Amino acid sequence: MFERCSKSWRAQRSEPGGGADGDDSLYPIAVLIDELRNEDVQLRLNSIKKLSTIALALGVERTRTELLPFLTDTIYDEDEVLLALAEQLGNFTMLVGGPEYVHCLLPPLESLATVEETVVRDKAVESLRKISQEHSPVDLEVHFEPLVKRLASGDWFTSRTSACGLFSVCYPRVSSTVKAEIRQHFRTLCSDDTPMVRRAAASKLGEFAKVLELDYVKSDIISLFTALASDEQDSVRLLAVEACVSIATLLPQEDLETLVMPTLRQAAEDKSWRVRYMVADKFSELQKAVGPEITKNDLVPAFQNLLKDCEAEVRAAAANKVKEFCENLPEDSREQIIMTHILPCVKELVSDTNQHVKSALASVIMGLSTILGKDNTVEHLLPLFLAQLKDECPEVRLNIISNLDCVNEVIGIRQLSQSLLPAIVELAEDAKWRVRLAIIEYMPLLAGQLGVEFFDEKLNTLCMAWLIDHVYAIREAATCNLMKLVEKFGAEWAQNTIVPKVLGMANDPNYLHRMTTLFCINALSEACGQEITTKQMLPVVLKMSNDQVANVRFNVAKSLQKIGPVLDSNALQTEVKPVLEKLATDTDMDVKYFAQEAISVLALA
Amino acid sequence: MAGAGGGNDVQWCFSQVKGAIDDDVAEADIISTVEFNHSGELLATGDKGGRVVIFQQEPESKNQPQCRGEYNVYSTFQSHEPEFDYLKSLEIEEKINKIRWLPQKNAAQFLLSTNDKTIKLWKISERDKRPEGYNLKEEDGRYRDPNTVTTLRVPVFRPMDLMVEASPRRVFANAHTYHINSISVNSDCETYLSADDLRINLWHLEITDRSFNIVDIKPANMEELTEVITAAEFHPNQCNTFVYSSSKGTIRLCDMRASALCDQHSKMFEEPEDPNNRSFFSEIISSISDVKFSHSGRYMMTRDYLSVKIWDLNMETRPVETYQVHEYLRSKLCSLYENDCIFDKFECCWNGNDSVVMTGSYNNFFRMFDRGYRQDVTLEASRENSKPRSVLKPRKVCTGGKRKKDEISVDSLDFNKKILHTAWHPLDNIIAVATTNNLYIFQDKLN
Repeated sequence: MFERCSKSWRAQRSEPGGGADGDDSLYPIAVLIDELRNEDVQLRLNSIKKLSTIALALGVERTRTELLPFLTDTIYDEDEVLLALAEQLGNFTMLVGGPEYVHCLLPPLESLATVEETVVRDKAVESLRKISQEHSPVDLEVHFEPLVKRLASGDWFTSRTSACGLFSVCYPRVSSTVKAEIRQHFRTLCSDDTPMVRRAAASKLGEFAKVLELDYVKSDIISLFTALASDEQDSVRLLAVEACVSIATLLPQEDLETLVMPTLRQAAEDKSWRVRYMVADKFSELQKAVGPEITKNDLVPAFQNLLKDCEAEVRAAAANKVKEFCENLPEDSREQIIMTHILPCVKELVSDTNQHVKSALASVIMGLSTILGKDNTVEHLLPLFLAQLKDECPEVRLNIISNLDCVNEVIGIRQLSQSLLPAIVELAEDAKWRVRLAIIEYMPLLAGQLGVEFFDEKLNTLCMAWLIDHVYAIREAATCNLMKLVEKFGAEWAQNTIVPKVLGMANDPNYLHRMTTLFCINALSEACGQEITTKQMLPVVLKMSNDQVANVRFNVAKSLQKIGPVLDSNALQTEVKPVLEKLATDTDMDVKYFAQEAISVLALA
Repeated sequence: MAGAGGGNDVQWCFSQVKGAIDDDVAEADIISTVEFNHSGELLATGDKGGRVVIFQQEPESKNQPQCRGEYNVYSTFQSHEPEFDYLKSLEIEEKINKIRWLPQKNAAQFLLSTNDKTIKLWKISERDKRPEGYNLKEEDGRYRDPNTVTTLRVPVFRPMDLMVEASPRRVFANAHTYHINSISVNSDCETYLSADDLRINLWHLEITDRSFNIVDIKPANMEELTEVITAAEFHPNQCNTFVYSSSKGTIRLCDMRASALCDQHSKMFEEPEDPNNRSFFSEIISSISDVKFSHSGRYMMTRDYLSVKIWDLNMETRPVETYQVHEYLRSKLCSLYENDCIFDKFECCWNGNDSVVMTGSYNNFFRMFDRGYRQDVTLEASRENSKPRSVLKPRKVCTGGKRKKDEISVDSLDFNKKILHTAWHPLDNIIAVATTNNLYIFQDKLN
């Protein structure tokens, strides 16, 4: 609607003598302000994103007295507009007159902090946290802290959840009486009626603990932590696990056993799998937070239990952490703990009934070899790798193959190659093209690990077979793979092994295969260099310009354009130019088009 | 006798009736669900035309203290439109199968509405201010001569007449192969479940692109299918517990703590069949059409074709109470089968303090059972006694040989007039009863 207006206005302005010069800057701002209430969301969003421009034009006084009150009332708008607004206001301090006036930004952010949309609320809280730093200590107590209190005692849970994120930013900078009030408010929210607020409080517990004096951590936080960790809602309890990490980091080692461990032990054995999952998911952080002694005595058995958990989701989360957990074990007893406690569980997981568990394990298990060294790897881990390479689930096999480099460093890949090959071949021929695609992507890595001889002997045929796969995505990936291989093994290798086969396909009866030749040439010419391109590839490309399929012909034109820069000017003039000129007169529209494009790009006209 | 409802001597009076009077009923106007919000201030109905109508209770008027606030239309919106699934060549009806209110989170109200396939989250909010003042045009839309714009004007919010807006906030689609029969919001206030004939999915209220399948009873071979899910509901305060009922008359209770997939139930409620009552129709009439937890969470109520059963969650072997809704129809099952009425899905509801339950029947009758006093009453939703504050007379269906005065014979019941959907105000004795295309509101008589 307004768009039309702005166009006509522009037309008027371009007329000689139209408009007063002095107001030049006023017009675009007027448009922006009007579009703040346009019916089109996109235009409103656009205006909100340029809010700083508007504020700059209005000046600090009018921004404070007119713009901000307007924005405070716009909470009816769409989420994306509100989100942008919440973000903008976090950077508005200078535009309202600097830190002295920063508190003027609180009313709009306060109303944004109560909307129902979580992303908007979170962004408002983020901006409030940001501008809290720009408040002087006095302003913080006069303006900011009352806002936190208002939110904390709001009627709706949306405002109370927002309050949870604000305590930690004001606490360090207020007087001790106000501090006591803040602690009291936080306590109240931890036992709020609604699970949403308790969740918000639980997720901010760790952060709040960090700014509290140690005595209060021990007296206040621990009791809140214990209460939240035994909340009736498992969605609250699982958040207490996260807080556990921060709290444990704050406390001196000697207090951990009495203040934190009972709760952590209870969480690791919680009736709800979601809580146990959270423990498994945070295990490395927990391990670092409680230190080596407790790890040895408590976490090792807990970890064993999680690896044997009855819920597959928990086992998968724990399996994901096997390597990290083992790495972080205290060095003096690491090997012994792994061999006697962890490895037996890992062995069981290799034949788990759930494929997600197995594939989670497969993605980290190779990492154990660096920790355990050559002998243990050969004796204990190798059989597991081999079993996983034969797993029925392709994802498990892929995960093993994708991490081969870890083993290579320790025992060399030869030990595995006998089993590796059948696994690779099977994946290469998997009925699901996405599986084939995944294994192709690991080919350059494998080639690097296995060396050129092994590759030529065993894998080269596979790589060529993919070129004639019936799925385009595979043929495309195969082409790209060849390029990477040439980068790895060099032009000479390409000339001997790949190029003849690729060029041979130019005579294939299937035009799709003939096109693959062209795509390969596009990919390889640069890596192969001028000599091979001119002498071997170019003749083939030129010959294909007579192909009876138009798609092949216009791809010839495209290929010539692509390899042109690699060729010398002589070849371009004497060989490429005549062919392109002929194609430019082709009966097919597309062939003509691409031939002309090639001529102009290569500057042959 | 009229005692059922709120304990002692509640007399139900007519309060309001909504909807057209004429007998000619448009298909789209047929009410398909009725639901009070958590405070009872709002009452939502959904219909076959995909519309949702929300009524709001007016504040109590000082002039007529005996008459509690009436419910008036607050907002009406089109929630679902008819669609066509081109892949399966299936029409998707716009009919609203269920409405569930979310606990109130801020000044706005939220509800979930669902048809057979797609669940939508709606926000209903009020607006009483609008911005005024443009730089480049007048308030009426005429463009101002740009040359006259010499100062910038920031719009100002001014009060206006109250406007209620309903806006779709989230669309949860593409997760159900079969028809959705239930939705239920979890007490954690961040998740909800949706159930179709064979599967139950768990959703996060803020995430629309993914849901978790928690129950799947689809057999590998569809020819082995023996039962379907008919209803499902979350426990009112244990966030990990939900139940689902089946066409075989069983209710399964699942604990989401035990495992991510709840195909294995932790409790199964089932009453052994009475061999004396066995007939061709036994299986059909034992199918459960609705399951509702009591507000306390201690009990649940199920409705099958002929009865309402109350189960104690701690006793799986049999219901603690069984109420016959229209036992006189047992001899009529054959004709009810022929006219498809036997497949009608009657819903049921609890009163605010769980002491009375209510469910519908035929001939625009609805039944209330007082659990403490073991009393029951049959009432009728009818235009005939729709004078304001007129007391509803209990109705009786003649079951014995000789028909007494005021009794109605079974043969004269109108099976086209059925009350499938009823709702009870969460705090007060106010009920909403949906006949085909009319919504009746009754309340107890205040002395």
